[in-house]
Amino acid sequence: MRWVLLVLSLCQFAIAANAAGAERPLREVTIADPFIELHTGPGGGYPVFYVAERGEQIALVMRRTEWFKVRVARGQEGWVHFEQLTTTLNSDGQPFDVPALGFSDYEARRWEVGALYGDFGGANVIAMYGSHNFTPNLSGELWVSQAIGRFSDSTMVTLDIVHLMYPDWRASPYFTLGGGVIKTQPKATLVATTDRTDNVALAGAGVRVYLTRRFVFRGEYKTHVVFTSRDDNEEVQEWKAGFSFFF
Amino acid sequence: MESRVLVLFLGLALGVGGLTGCARDRLVQAEDTTQPPVIEPDVARREIEVPKIDTEDFEVGILMGQISVEDFGVNTVAGGRFAYHVTEGFFVELAAGRADTELTSFERLSGAAQLLTEDDREYSYYNVSLGYNIFPGEHFIGKNRAMNTETYVIGGVGKTTFAGDDRFTINFGMGMRVMPLDWLAVHGDIRDHVFDIDLLGQEKTSHNLEATLGVTFFF
Repeated sequence: MRWVLLVLSLCQFAIAANAAGAERPLREVTIADPFIELHTGPGGGYPVFYVAERGEQIALVMRRTEWFKVRVARGQEGWVHFEQLTTTLNSDGQPFDVPALGFSDYEARRWEVGALYGDFGGANVIAMYGSHNFTPNLSGELWVSQAIGRFSDSTMVTLDIVHLMYPDWRASPYFTLGGGVIKTQPKATLVATTDRTDNVALAGAGVRVYLTRRFVFRGEYKTHVVFTSRDDNEEVQEWKAGFSFFF
Repeated sequence: MESRVLVLFLGLALGVGGLTGCARDRLVQAEDTTQPPVIEPDVARREIEVPKIDTEDFEVGILMGQISVEDFGVNTVAGGRFAYHVTEGFFVELAAGRADTELTSFERLSGAAQLLTEDDREYSYYNVSLGYNIFPGEHFIGKNRAMNTETYVIGGVGKTTFAGDDRFTINFGMGMRVMPLDWLAVHGDIRDHVFDIDLLGQEKTSHNLEATLGVTFFF
């Protein structure tokens, strides 16, 4: 029920943001390329329906991924790929610096969220995390993982410290240490079992690769020690890979 | 001798006097420049405020439809979705939904025997999927209007909670996004949710087909 409210409030926010955006002044630029092509939609597959020439003033209405919606002086609106706008000029005659997301934005990232999928001691695991970068090398990550196995399911919440070895490389290895709690629920079809919650400590290593825009690939291995109430501690190995986005 | 000393002193006095005179002249000059010029240049710095460009890569919305839960009938499903568009082709989607399932045929026929409690009969899922807009296109309404469309293929992993257990679930399917406005999309979606279930004694792979309609907003 809570997520229904969350989704509805997000919808409301999206509608309000679009309504507020309608009256804003638009950024005006002058075309410096010989011509730009206006597509009917934000994708290379949509047909070109209008061509605007060098020297024409265009207004930038909005942006979706690599495409800008522009309005030409005659009133036509269409979508232009950002590469065609890299040489356009601002109203002060300076080149328009297309806010393209690149590796420098990746290096300056503060927040990141991601989802990974893999194997947690033989069970399928889906893990999501949010992280904050304290320095280019050091970040803190909050993980919520759900492992779904044949005999039991577990939910794990951990707080990890991650050390990225080469933050200025597109692909860099990292090391991590962390701890948290794990709640294990045996399958309903098994008899005479109880849920249990244990503390867990982990160490791991992985690699992260900057792909494009806000997109990062990461793959990692972690070894967990579950401090059970039984005589022996349990060790669980985890492999997983997935994608993350930074802000 | 005396006259030479006198000349020296006079020379020094002249030199110092000349220097101080120069300094005074410079001072006067400096004072002159601070006086208002004849024509006051009226230069007002123009404050250039560059309007921000509205980036709309996120999509949020609701969905509703029917899901066929294997052995448990066709049921109304409702849910929500949140997506981030990475490139013009790829997007990542987080979706969740729930449905109340019906009785199985066995339960209906036997009358009293109940396989599941009321709580366990609730079917709920969440998943993380990667989608690709495979066929961009347009729908034409009459002579003067067109709406952009995107047909996408999508697949991912997630969790289904049903019959008292969490089940690892793979989902895959196809959908179409019709966009009457730049920030509004109507989705039609067909998805298969696949998981293993051992509820009826033997473990089997269960296919649960879902057809939904949805509305999403870009922001």
